[in-house]
Amino acid sequence: MSSIQLSAYQIAQKVRAGLLSPLEVLEDHLKQIAAVDGVPGSLEPKTSDPAEESKVHAFIEVSADLARRQAEQVRARLERGEDPGLLAGVPVSIKDIFCVQGTTTTAASRILYNFRPPYTATTVERLAQAGALIIGKTNLDEFTYGSSSESSAFQPHPNNPWNTERVTGGSSGGSAASVAAREVPLSLGTDTGGSIRQPAAFCGVVGLKPTYGRTSRYGLIAFGSSLDCPGPLARDVRDAALMLQVLAGADPKDSTSAVAPVPDYLAALEEGVRGMRIGISPDYDHITYPDTLTGEMSIQAIQPEMNTSVRAVAEVLAQLGAEIVENVPMPNARHGIPAYFVISRVEAASNLHRFDGVKYGYRARKPALDLSELYRATRAEGFGLQPKLRILMGMYVSAAQHSAQYYQKALRVRSMIRSDFERAFDPNGAYRLDALLTPTTPTTAFRRGEVMGDSVLMQYSDQMTVAGNHAGIPAVSIPAGLDPQGLPIGVQFFGMDFREDIILRAAYAYEQATRDAEWRAVQPQALRGSEVKA
Amino acid sequence: MTPDYITPELFAKLVTLAALELTPEESEYLRTELNHQLAAVKELSEIKLAEGVQPSLHGLDCQGNPPRPDEWLPFPDSAAILALAPESNGEYFHVPDFRRGGEEAK
Repeated sequence: MSSIQLSAYQIAQKVRAGLLSPLEVLEDHLKQIAAVDGVPGSLEPKTSDPAEESKVHAFIEVSADLARRQAEQVRARLERGEDPGLLAGVPVSIKDIFCVQGTTTTAASRILYNFRPPYTATTVERLAQAGALIIGKTNLDEFTYGSSSESSAFQPHPNNPWNTERVTGGSSGGSAASVAAREVPLSLGTDTGGSIRQPAAFCGVVGLKPTYGRTSRYGLIAFGSSLDCPGPLARDVRDAALMLQVLAGADPKDSTSAVAPVPDYLAALEEGVRGMRIGISPDYDHITYPDTLTGEMSIQAIQPEMNTSVRAVAEVLAQLGAEIVENVPMPNARHGIPAYFVISRVEAASNLHRFDGVKYGYRARKPALDLSELYRATRAEGFGLQPKLRILMGMYVSAAQHSAQYYQKALRVRSMIRSDFERAFDPNGAYRLDALLTPTTPTTAFRRGEVMGDSVLMQYSDQMTVAGNHAGIPAVSIPAGLDPQGLPIGVQFFGMDFREDIILRAAYAYEQATRDAEWRAVQPQALRGSEVKA
Repeated sequence: MTPDYITPELFAKLVTLAALELTPEESEYLRTELNHQLAAVKELSEIKLAEGVQPSLHGLDCQGNPPRPDEWLPFPDSAAILALAPESNGEYFHVPDFRRGGEEAK
């Protein structure tokens, strides 16, 4: 049996016990990448080969040599009688927004097409120290700005392994696709407004956004510095817990990383949900969406299977002894996207000022009369449309004459969004929740090209996830079935600050109770007909 | 029709401040999308804030590391940083010498 059928936990157990060679594991996964991934994303024009349309295209770069060196190191440590770590021999893909020495780190943007960072992100360092094999960099929306991964400057963009005519979601689309297509058991993503959870839901995998500060941002190319959160994508809950165990903890190189103690996430999984209070909110069974012509807000239904899945998950958890708390009010959830349109854009515009063609990356070739002309030409040629849109929006809403109306107001609305969760989780309050259960997305994966270009509609695909980023709390999305078109449905649990252990427990309990469900036996399209069958 | 929050004149000013240059097609798309986004953001102005609501720069109170001493720590391999520059002399980043028209820089 190929090791691509194993979970990360199983691979590490076998490698640490000397029952499986890390080099063999690596070669199995490289073979799978060769079988399903197709041409990597690049700045060159798209291939016209129709066979590529049905490939996954999760990767921008496969770092086979780096991973082989790491596999050799794991083997050497085993031979010396040392424990190579919790992720011994586990191939991991890295969203190409993390600096990794020895790889090109593009952020899926032309402006960084040749950037070879001289240092490695703390999260990636921790994975490598735990014995993981860094197998490659995955594609994403340019600078993470999107919810479909289509806006990458490196084409072809990733396709959804369940149906390659559908998007992966984003911005960690390549990461989610690489996990779903069994190219890796684990991937490192980032979540600023839902960028781990939404693609995880679209691709039928587990995606965990930790509490802000739980994982270091050092070496992550910043989008919204007060919102960005690195976290795991995995095929099951135990693997997500295992990866979080390795990633979590304070980092002297990131002053916002938290000094809160890190619990034993794997041990917590087994504690079950008996007595746990899990809330459901009527404010999460629809979305509030603006008419872009008038700005008038209207309530719109979400895909019905999303709500039926939440009910079905709640029923399973109730049978396991959890108490389901109905009608938890989250009245400010609807303001999540408008506030995000302001806060994230202000932070993005600020973070993008550093790209000017002087210190690294792309520089425009055309002659310039002065330095500002060099900057403008470089940024005009180096950035795609979505970064340009975010810079312009961020500059407008943070301008002195508009700041009170937009930015300062959005920061106060953020406090109100946070207060919804504080009320729901208050141990002395009316609801006393341990977790809040909601759909992860308003719909399953949409068609390629269907939303691209409509920046408002694209942003609203994060309406279910973004409140967690404003509030800083952890949330995990897990697969909860397939819709009538065979596309994965995700549900998510929000939790209290630094209580990833609780939401992982709920997620694991549901996963274990439904492990024989018929829908779990269905394989993604990209795996059907390939040599690899589950 | 979407209100013209961003007029062509204001848009041109923003483009300059953002250190960008745009083609006419890019300008049309971006100005339209900006106006759509600002229509979506209009909701913010209608939200009534509860008494005393303070702005949050982060979702949760900072649990970060205590500030470290404000001391200069050299990067161990400064040559690797300089090597990333489109142009450098191994000691400094270089930009074209605009006093001579910008093209003769070395």
